[in-house]
Amino acid sequence: MINWRTALLPPALAIIFAMLLSSVALLISGANPLEAFATMGAQLFHGNTAVSTVNLAIVYYLAGLAAAIGFQMNVFNIGVEGQYRFAAVVAAIVGAWMELPPVLHVIAILVVAMFSGALYALLPALLKVYRGVSEVITTIMLNSIVFGIVAFLINPEQFGVLHGNNLSTAEIAPSGRIPGIPLGEAGTLFGFIVIAGALGYGYWFMLTRTRFGFELKASGESKTAAAAGGVSARKMTLAAMLLSGAVAGLVAMPELLGRDYVYAMTATQGYGFTGLAVALLGRNHPAGIAFGALLWAFLDRSAVSLESIGIPSEIATIMQGTIVLSVVVAYEIVRRADLAAEQRRVGRAGRNGQPAGVAEGGAV
Amino acid sequence: MERPDPTATTARRRLPGWARGALWAVVAIGVLSTASYLTDMPILTSSDTSQTALRLGLPILLAALGGLWAERAGVMNIGLEGMMILGTWGSAWGAYYGGVWVGLAAGILFGLLGGLLHAVAVVTFNVNHIVSGVAINLLGLGVAKYLATLVFEPISGNPRESPSVEKFDTYSATFLSDWLGALEDEQRVVLSDVAGLLRGLVTHVSPLAMIALLLVPASYFILWRTRFGLRLRSCGESPVAAESLGVNVYLHKYIAVAASGGFAGMGGASLVLLQGGADYLENQVNGRGYIGLAAMIFGNYRPSGLLGGAALFGYADGLQLSGGGAAVLALCYGAVLLLAIIVVLQLIRRHWWAAAGGVAGAVVLYWIYWTSDELPSDLIPYTPHFVTIIVLAVAAQRLRVPKAIGKQYRRGEDS
Repeated sequence: MINWRTALLPPALAIIFAMLLSSVALLISGANPLEAFATMGAQLFHGNTAVSTVNLAIVYYLAGLAAAIGFQMNVFNIGVEGQYRFAAVVAAIVGAWMELPPVLHVIAILVVAMFSGALYALLPALLKVYRGVSEVITTIMLNSIVFGIVAFLINPEQFGVLHGNNLSTAEIAPSGRIPGIPLGEAGTLFGFIVIAGALGYGYWFMLTRTRFGFELKASGESKTAAAAGGVSARKMTLAAMLLSGAVAGLVAMPELLGRDYVYAMTATQGYGFTGLAVALLGRNHPAGIAFGALLWAFLDRSAVSLESIGIPSEIATIMQGTIVLSVVVAYEIVRRADLAAEQRRVGRAGRNGQPAGVAEGGAV
Repeated sequence: MERPDPTATTARRRLPGWARGALWAVVAIGVLSTASYLTDMPILTSSDTSQTALRLGLPILLAALGGLWAERAGVMNIGLEGMMILGTWGSAWGAYYGGVWVGLAAGILFGLLGGLLHAVAVVTFNVNHIVSGVAINLLGLGVAKYLATLVFEPISGNPRESPSVEKFDTYSATFLSDWLGALEDEQRVVLSDVAGLLRGLVTHVSPLAMIALLLVPASYFILWRTRFGLRLRSCGESPVAAESLGVNVYLHKYIAVAASGGFAGMGGASLVLLQGGADYLENQVNGRGYIGLAAMIFGNYRPSGLLGGAALFGYADGLQLSGGGAAVLALCYGAVLLLAIIVVLQLIRRHWWAAAGGVAGAVVLYWIYWTSDELPSDLIPYTPHFVTIIVLAVAAQRLRVPKAIGKQYRRGEDS
């Protein structure tokens, strides 16, 4: 059973708190907070902002799912960032090189992307399982190294092509692209939204309806208890890390196959870190992650429209950081309040409103 | 500096810490000078390299110290990166208006504020340590950018950069430096190498570097030789037991995490206030907080160990900056020599699998050295990161992690 109060109250509190805090920051810099928030709200009805927000949210959703799979097993896959960039550049190169009939081409690219994402997660997974190296440190190092790898692979001496001033991979043929969903004036929605939705459902199904999902969660809750039940924590850690890497491999695909068709040096970074925050906001629940992704994409887009009325766009970043922190704090506060309320309720029940005596196990 | 795998010295476990440190230093210098002699790359042990290494190692050393304080009190601190970013902004701001020392103080203060925020979230509200750290990294970046736009843009005309600020003066031990310089130029085996490395450490040294280096033994003394330190560490091992003995766990954790932020802020300041460093520049921290954390873990949560870790990263970074691809290749050669020593030690102790692994690693590294004239230039700047992963893979098994690290603790609740 879902307790709606404990699930929805904290995010609402957090958003209100973040708005208050950013109002203070806005006032300090001499801007009118009401005007700023009105601009942020109104942007959704201008041109293609709404659709581009959803498009960005699709990307964040995939990154959030990737992070959430790790969280379920208590593995902190901060390496989503490196994994998705590695997968994107490899998939772009392989995809441009392959010649296949339409649907097959797309599937092949997606498989390559998932495989390379998992491959980039393999080293930290192996080091964690067999050498006890913290995955946080190794994946952070690999996140930096990926910059070098991307630059190396996009170099014209290897696989790069120079378009004007911009280096990128060769273009993927039309057979390897995913058609968008045209919405007329409002813009074009990524066709990848269907795949993202299916992945979200698959994630939910895996966790709640399969034995593997149960073992994964059990092992994440308590390694020793799971081991007593015959679940190998090592195997689960490896599986979680590789699955997380495979999903991370898909993060750049909506943009690569739906809009850009090449992977450039200047491609946007930081989706992986966003994914962590989004997964936290959504409490690892597929619907929650979708909500978090939409909120985050909305704030990102707001930065642009805030800039246009002369407000520093960093306000959006500050709001994002505040929301993450206050969401987790708010969950904790609501949890404590619920716990205290329940204790009072139990204490009152059955004794005509009298608290239980010490002899019956009540509080001293 | 290059250091052997700690397993190499387990046969001498009884040796006191200072003797093991000295032994490692001797092995490292021996390997480096042999490698520089055989590959004809004097830059491996030149004074330029060690001077750059000192400058680049400082922020990492300070971040690692910050990590040490927090983690010894049982609090994971991924937020070091964000606190360092706050420190860079604070120190540039302070230094612009009040000179270097004010800048240093402001940097520490800003880092400390970041640390306090982490403490509030983690200690008071029991937020997951990594979650709070990630949020602080986001906030640190956002706040620093925001403040830079607000304060620096009107002065420097660029929201990504501060106006140029005063830097620390540097001091040299002139007589010693000249004498070592003469010795270095003679190019005698070993002697000149040692002279080169030492000369870099006594020439153009800033007060900040001296303070940072003194903070290592100071941290050791406070954490391991005082009552306060014992209590702080007990919070990281078993907070319930500590509380039962009357230690105020919350207070000690607060102090530890705030101090941790202060160290990180100082690390940020060292990026801004040293000669040869940039002024405040967006993204100048560039993962150094994380590398500091890695250095601390590599150093097995000990002050002496993290000094070695920071030296290793600083050295790898300084070498690739001043020597480029050829120098990194020579470093590969040095690593082969080191692995050979380790393999022999493992064979003596009959650890066949470890020895086989060492041989495999050595063969791969030697193959890289032998077949390539030049490493891909895009990958060379990431030498320290590669070194981190390799070193952790070799060294990480003997870690002694504080027992209650990352655990949530509430007074009166059983953990």
